[in-house]
Amino acid sequence: MPLLEIKNLHARVEDKEILKGINLTVNAGEVHAIMGPNGSGKSTLANVLAGRDNYEVTSGEVLYEGKNLLDLDVEERARAGIFLAFQYPIEIPGVTNAHFLKTALNAVRKHRGLEELDAMDFLALVKEKMKLLEMDPGFLNRGVNEGFSGGEKKRNEILQMAMLDPKLGLLDETDSGLDIDSLKIVANGVNALRSPDRAFVLVTHYQRLLDYIEPDFVHVLSGGKILTSGDKELAKHLEERGYGWVVGKDAKAVGV
Amino acid sequence: MLASYQQAYERSLDPKAPAFLRERRQAGIERFAALGFPNRRMEEWKYTSVEPIASREFQLGGDKEVARFTLEEMHRMAFCVMPGPRLVFLNGHFHPALSDLSGLPAGVRCKSLAQALQEDAASLEAHLGRQVDSKDRAFVALNDAFLQNGAYLFLPRGTVLPQPIQLLFVSHGNGTAVVSHPRVLVVAEAQSQATLIETYVGQGAYFTNAVTEIAAGEGAVIEHIKLQGESESAFHIASIGVRQSRDSQYTSHSLSLGAALARNDLGTVLDAEGAGATLNGLYMVSGSQHVDNHTNIDHAKPHCTSAELYKGILDGKSQGVFNGRILVRPDAQKTSSQQSNKNLILSDDALINTKPLLEIYANDVKCNHGATIGRLDANQVFYLRSRGIDAALARSILTYAFASDVVALMRQEPLRERLQQWIFARLMPGKEAAA
Repeated sequence: MPLLEIKNLHARVEDKEILKGINLTVNAGEVHAIMGPNGSGKSTLANVLAGRDNYEVTSGEVLYEGKNLLDLDVEERARAGIFLAFQYPIEIPGVTNAHFLKTALNAVRKHRGLEELDAMDFLALVKEKMKLLEMDPGFLNRGVNEGFSGGEKKRNEILQMAMLDPKLGLLDETDSGLDIDSLKIVANGVNALRSPDRAFVLVTHYQRLLDYIEPDFVHVLSGGKILTSGDKELAKHLEERGYGWVVGKDAKAVGV
Repeated sequence: MLASYQQAYERSLDPKAPAFLRERRQAGIERFAALGFPNRRMEEWKYTSVEPIASREFQLGGDKEVARFTLEEMHRMAFCVMPGPRLVFLNGHFHPALSDLSGLPAGVRCKSLAQALQEDAASLEAHLGRQVDSKDRAFVALNDAFLQNGAYLFLPRGTVLPQPIQLLFVSHGNGTAVVSHPRVLVVAEAQSQATLIETYVGQGAYFTNAVTEIAAGEGAVIEHIKLQGESESAFHIASIGVRQSRDSQYTSHSLSLGAALARNDLGTVLDAEGAGATLNGLYMVSGSQHVDNHTNIDHAKPHCTSAELYKGILDGKSQGVFNGRILVRPDAQKTSSQQSNKNLILSDDALINTKPLLEIYANDVKCNHGATIGRLDANQVFYLRSRGIDAALARSILTYAFASDVVALMRQEPLRERLQQWIFARLMPGKEAAA
């Protein structure tokens, strides 16, 4: 059984139809990259899968481990193993990173029938994961993403992912706005999490991320549909020739 | 109902009391009779009706109850009893057995007002009523009329208290609707320093009409924590008056967490150069609670600073009022003043009336103020939920976060931690907080 099966998915935001029939199958252990010009629907797809409120599915279905994903609330999806790394991580002043991570981790662990971690065990675990992302333990006592730089926010997303141990990681333009050092750290974090039990969907505008996280499949999304799919070579072609090469008639509107 | 206060006044008269006290009380009851209870046609009471107080009969609590109030009950009802000196009151009456006045530095006088009236009459005569004005304030006049219980704290020049002074006012009428009129007087001489923690808690329906006066001498540093955690059937009216001498610092942390109806009038007069006032407040109401905070910062002299931050969380059908007046008198050049009132509305039926008010009569000043009213941020809720935290808990966490900076400003431990736990527990879905 595939981990994720998206069949003919249509979705809209407010009154605008963004996804116009997405088909995608992701198996455990695979890394899929979804590339495409701005406005193609990449982020919408990631947000629909995570269950964001103002995204409305108008037709099609999404099966996660064989069950209807769209029936689940946001938090139920997270507990079932879906993790969305946000394109724009949210700042939450007044809630410390430590409190946030511990609450989230224990909510997820409880759902999975694991014992809740106490403060000591939590701290040991989070410090180990922070090392992987070259994060200072001082981040734990700061407000969630409060005053973090762009790179720090993205690292914090990957830290959360590492803590929550998802089955499906959705990375929504995690590479956007990162300098090369931050990009490498984030990519290392993701690579360390690759396993036969886990799959990733990387949504990105740039091929550069794929130099560091090697995908098994690359899909080009434009106009709300996947136009073509291939292996990592497809990404290189895109880099060299631009999206216009794939998008064809749409190219002039896209301007890549 | 005014007649019942008149009768209670007459029954409570003590012919052995000092003459000045008898005169003050007499003037108080006459003033109260003339003013009557305030009503909503008055600007100061536009959004708060005291009809629930005015239409009920309350009885002065007897001192017989005191013996029945135990240490266990005290710990159960108080938010946090810290190590250090404390005065405990039940229905207004001093409870010596639960109080602890050991270990105070030499020269410090800390005692019940009743005792001070016998031992420190001259100081009381000189200072009582100088920090609050009863001229057109009915509840202060009413407190004057019943002036005999409360606390007196005198800090001689240069004294620094190592531990906070705790004043715990418990109301527990055992079925009787009791009223108490506690009066607290703090006289802090030059360069003295102290923290005062006033806590108001209770059980059932009752009425607390408190007045606190603080005279801060030159360079005195006073931190004043007021925790209002009255029963949700109770009525709480508090008038706090501070007069600040040169270079004195007054910091207030006022938390309004309980009561069916609560009103705080907090006023400080920056009466000499270099004085500073910091007013922090948090009010948290739900159900049909009503909370009203009126603050008045009077910049009377040049080179004074004030900073005010009040935050409110309103749920259910609760109502809140914030009225923050900053007066900068013609003489008060180089005043620096900041004021902010922020409100978080959690339900469609909750209501807040907020009115920051700057009155500036000097031309070389730096003042800013503002008020906000908002709801929880949907993106923040989604972010927490996307990490597996259920929606109700996510909202609690974010509500708590909104309040947390005001609580964090308090430096007293373990009180701060205890309050954080209490507030968080109260915000948790499906859990009742125990004080």
